[in-house]
Amino acid sequence: MTTMIRDSWTMTQRGLAHWVRMPGQVIAGMAFMIMLVVLFGYLFGGAMRVPGGGDYLEFLMPGMFVMAVTFGIAETMIAVQADADKGITDRFRSMPMSQAAVLAGRNTADMFNSVANLAILIATGLVLGWRVRGSALEAAAAIGLLLLLRLAVLWMGIYLGLLIRSAGAAAAVQTLLFPLTMVTSTFADPASMPAWLGAIAEWNPLSATVYAMRDLFGNPGAGGGSWVAEHALLHAFAWPVVLLAIFVPLSVHRYRNLSR
Amino acid sequence: MPAILAEGLRKRYGSKEVLSGFALSVREGTVCGLLGPNGAGKTTAVRILSTLLRPDGGRAEVAGFDVRTRQADVRRRIGLVGQNAAVDEVLSGWQNLVMFGRLHHLGTRAAKARATELLGRFGLDETGKKPVKQYSGGMRRRLDIAASLILAPPVLFLDEPTTGLDPRSRNEVWSMVRELVAGGTTVLLTTQYLDEADQLAGQICVLDSGRVTAEGSPGQLKSEIGGDRLDVVVHDAADLARAAGVLARYSESPPETDADERRVSVAVRDRVTALTRVAGDLAAEGITAEDIGVRRPTLDEVFLHLTGHKEKETDLTGRKKEVVA
Repeated sequence: MTTMIRDSWTMTQRGLAHWVRMPGQVIAGMAFMIMLVVLFGYLFGGAMRVPGGGDYLEFLMPGMFVMAVTFGIAETMIAVQADADKGITDRFRSMPMSQAAVLAGRNTADMFNSVANLAILIATGLVLGWRVRGSALEAAAAIGLLLLLRLAVLWMGIYLGLLIRSAGAAAAVQTLLFPLTMVTSTFADPASMPAWLGAIAEWNPLSATVYAMRDLFGNPGAGGGSWVAEHALLHAFAWPVVLLAIFVPLSVHRYRNLSR
Repeated sequence: MPAILAEGLRKRYGSKEVLSGFALSVREGTVCGLLGPNGAGKTTAVRILSTLLRPDGGRAEVAGFDVRTRQADVRRRIGLVGQNAAVDEVLSGWQNLVMFGRLHHLGTRAAKARATELLGRFGLDETGKKPVKQYSGGMRRRLDIAASLILAPPVLFLDEPTTGLDPRSRNEVWSMVRELVAGGTTVLLTTQYLDEADQLAGQICVLDSGRVTAEGSPGQLKSEIGGDRLDVVVHDAADLARAAGVLARYSESPPETDADERRVSVAVRDRVTALTRVAGDLAAEGITAEDIGVRRPTLDEVFLHLTGHKEKETDLTGRKKEVVA
């Protein structure tokens, strides 16, 4: 057990060292999210009607947090795929180290990264005028749910990273993230969309998390009416747990049986 | 006790049987060259022996431990250098070695000392602080080998260690391997380069379709295909057929003709008699020879003879060479 913790820490340090060595990539990732906030908040903000009334930036920010966290899947997937592709994973597997530490270290490093990303995005929101209107406890619950979602997509990313064989495939999966994160209740009320698209957006599990975030942060557009919105909190908790229940065992199995 | 032992190893992927009864025994402190065409099962064998892959059947021991049931014990005693330089490109060479040292459970100070020592030994001390991304192929390969030597393992697996390297880097890797073996390390080396096996290995196993089809020292394998070779290069390509006729008189096997190089080659038993008689016969028939010589067969010829594969091999100068039987 102590070996596992020690090895996990070494692997975490490796992830963090990448960060220090490639600050450009980290800054670009953060700048991208800030750019999206500015772009949507100010470019379209004026023309958008918030359901039930309210400030568009306040409506937007909870969804941006969810989007940022979901995009983390690509980061994990690309890192895991690159390690497997370059034979580093094989080196770890042939070494007398804790094998659980390889995955645990990836988890810790990526979570560190996401917490920092989220902190910067929250600070950006506060500077631009987004406000937390719920209680501190509710805000903490919201952040807890965001990190739970990050953990769930992290394990999905590990599994996909072990599954796909080329960096090209990773890029293709990354592209799919845009419709997945945009066809939600993040940018507009699904009720304002064509019926079929609105149904997809409403039932997109990410929408439930967005509703829950708005509810917990006390921001407008928490929804009401639809069944998903009514049970947003439960959904926002349950579906990442389901993802974890699926992808943790799948990833561990895949890692143990890696063979080309 | 052999350092590496395999008996009846089997592995199949779907309907393709990659290893079908692979057997091997490598004595401690020696180099065994595993030679074979692409897809013969070389890498699969190495992956099983280094605990990365479970065999479907058979048994294997490395450093006295079963690779299936004693994985942790095996992993403490092996180093693996795979086909790609498996090092972290973002980190520096030094950071890589410290990380691998700590993952081998050296203390931080010991890991740093070992990293510095290995960088020096592999001539990387000057570039040690630079990210691996900026390294040349040869430097990466050296770092890769250094990373597998953290605990000075008694058994080292080298899977095509010089593929894609320039001749100078290749020589560096070769001298590194010789040095390790002189220090008592057992090395299992897979290669497509016959010259490489000839240079390094005391024992060669020819792998074909998942099993070892021939085994022995390079010298033994060469004599197995019928002793020495007599080569004649004729001045005029039109004389090739007649020259082949002359050579056929002194051999039990048919001569081989290489039209591009105007060369006829044949296996001979008695080198001196054959040489003098062939020279006389050629002169008597009015064939002008540019060169006549007796030599030991190359491993190319051994390989061709043993596997029957007529394939284009890239030789060490990087040029394509057609092997004609």
